[in-house]
Amino acid sequence: MNDQSTISPTTLSIHLTINGRDHALDIEPRVTLLDALRDRLHLTGTKKGCDQGQCGACTVHVDGERVLACLTLAAQVAGRSVTTIEGLAGEDGTLNAVQAAFLEQDAFQCGYCTPGQIMSAVACIREGHAGSDEEIREYMAGNLCRCGAYPHIVAAVRHAAEGLRS
Amino acid sequence: MRDFSYLRADSVEAARNAAALPGAMLLAGGTTLVDLAKCGVAEPSAVIDISHIKGLDAIDVSAGRAVIGALAKMSHVADHAEIKGRFPAVSEALWQAASAQLRNMASIGGNLMQRTRCPYFRDPANFPACNKRAPGSGCSAIGGVTRGHAVLGTSEACIATYPGDLAIALVAFDAEVHLGERRLKVEDFFLAPGATAEREHDIRPGEVITAIEIPGSAAARRSTYLKVRDRQSYEFAAASAAVGLELEGDGRTIRDIRIALGGVATKPWRARAVEDALKGKTFDEATVRKASELTMEGAVDHGANHYKIELAPRVVARAILKLGETA
Repeated sequence: MNDQSTISPTTLSIHLTINGRDHALDIEPRVTLLDALRDRLHLTGTKKGCDQGQCGACTVHVDGERVLACLTLAAQVAGRSVTTIEGLAGEDGTLNAVQAAFLEQDAFQCGYCTPGQIMSAVACIREGHAGSDEEIREYMAGNLCRCGAYPHIVAAVRHAAEGLRS
Repeated sequence: MRDFSYLRADSVEAARNAAALPGAMLLAGGTTLVDLAKCGVAEPSAVIDISHIKGLDAIDVSAGRAVIGALAKMSHVADHAEIKGRFPAVSEALWQAASAQLRNMASIGGNLMQRTRCPYFRDPANFPACNKRAPGSGCSAIGGVTRGHAVLGTSEACIATYPGDLAIALVAFDAEVHLGERRLKVEDFFLAPGATAEREHDIRPGEVITAIEIPGSAAARRSTYLKVRDRQSYEFAAASAAVGLELEGDGRTIRDIRIALGGVATKPWRARAVEDALKGKTFDEATVRKASELTMEGAVDHGANHYKIELAPRVVARAILKLGETA
């Protein structure tokens, strides 16, 4: 057991690395990464949809891989590197290529699922799973859009992937 | 979610010791445990985080077998070149399970500990009766909405379907689970409900899954996983089959065939009657279809899940015929 362990269900003192910044937090062990981000660190770009691991709205990257913040305990990612939608744009506000493609392709209606879609799409392209519309649909299946903006989402991912390849 | 204490184990030994504490549960990817804690189904008093143990995520394919560390992520195993090459059904089963995010989180060991998706099991507030959660309380599914429930391996106590994909392929190829010193067939690791629906796995307090070992074979090399479901992606199986095939040198006589079923049974289900009916026979469509009818021997439906009895033999036949085309 290391220093971060405790044997009582009392508050844990942890450090989280979010978008390259260190955050010290005192939290209950049951607090999810999603709730820690939104309610404690006020990084509300990451959305709470189903809160049951079914919709993808809370998608963030942990050590570069896309995961669901609602099924991740905050304590579990102490020592790992977390990236949220707030960490995608450049320091000067220049949008990430995927963010720009979502704007260009009008890939949303209400916008609630969009941060999760974009975080998922960035990883999908990086994994090499954006080679065709069929592949994009399969590897973006974990992100639901109740507005049904799927055709434009697929177009945005395709355009972003093509742009990044050229 | 009830609060719990959190301990981070940095070795398997530490995990074993902590896992023996009353009320302790192991946390790897969290996709089952955190989900069920939110539903009020899992109520651990201590969560033992094993996800930071070093070296438990190795994937080693050599000497005619694959040894997959318990903490290897589903996505990494699915993408592993030698798993794809020598055990395609394993890769395909993983790839067709869950979503990209969940596959990046869920571990191989945790995957074996995945619980049923029975909606009555997952909803204690509305359905107090569930023999899996509260032994002796009854079964809310029997007489309820049963479209997703099992038709094989059921009992009067429980008809909940085993929901996973990976274990179907593992059972087809005689994989073993390593629990420290104890090793057992994955097929025996999963328990049909019988009168003790609360016991789903042959795992004892203080035991930790450390690896899964899959023996290589010609049938594993020529294998596939076919999953039929209500939507094309990100859905549990209505019926699925892991199938492996080895033909004799003549290219048409079946030397070895392995068949296991998902989505229709209370545990990963090996279809030995179909295997036995096909071994030594000439591979042709009529023979395959006739043998596949044995898939559902002993099946019992509960009304709305009757379609599975018709569907599963067709899924088995289609998977076998697909392999026949890949000579």
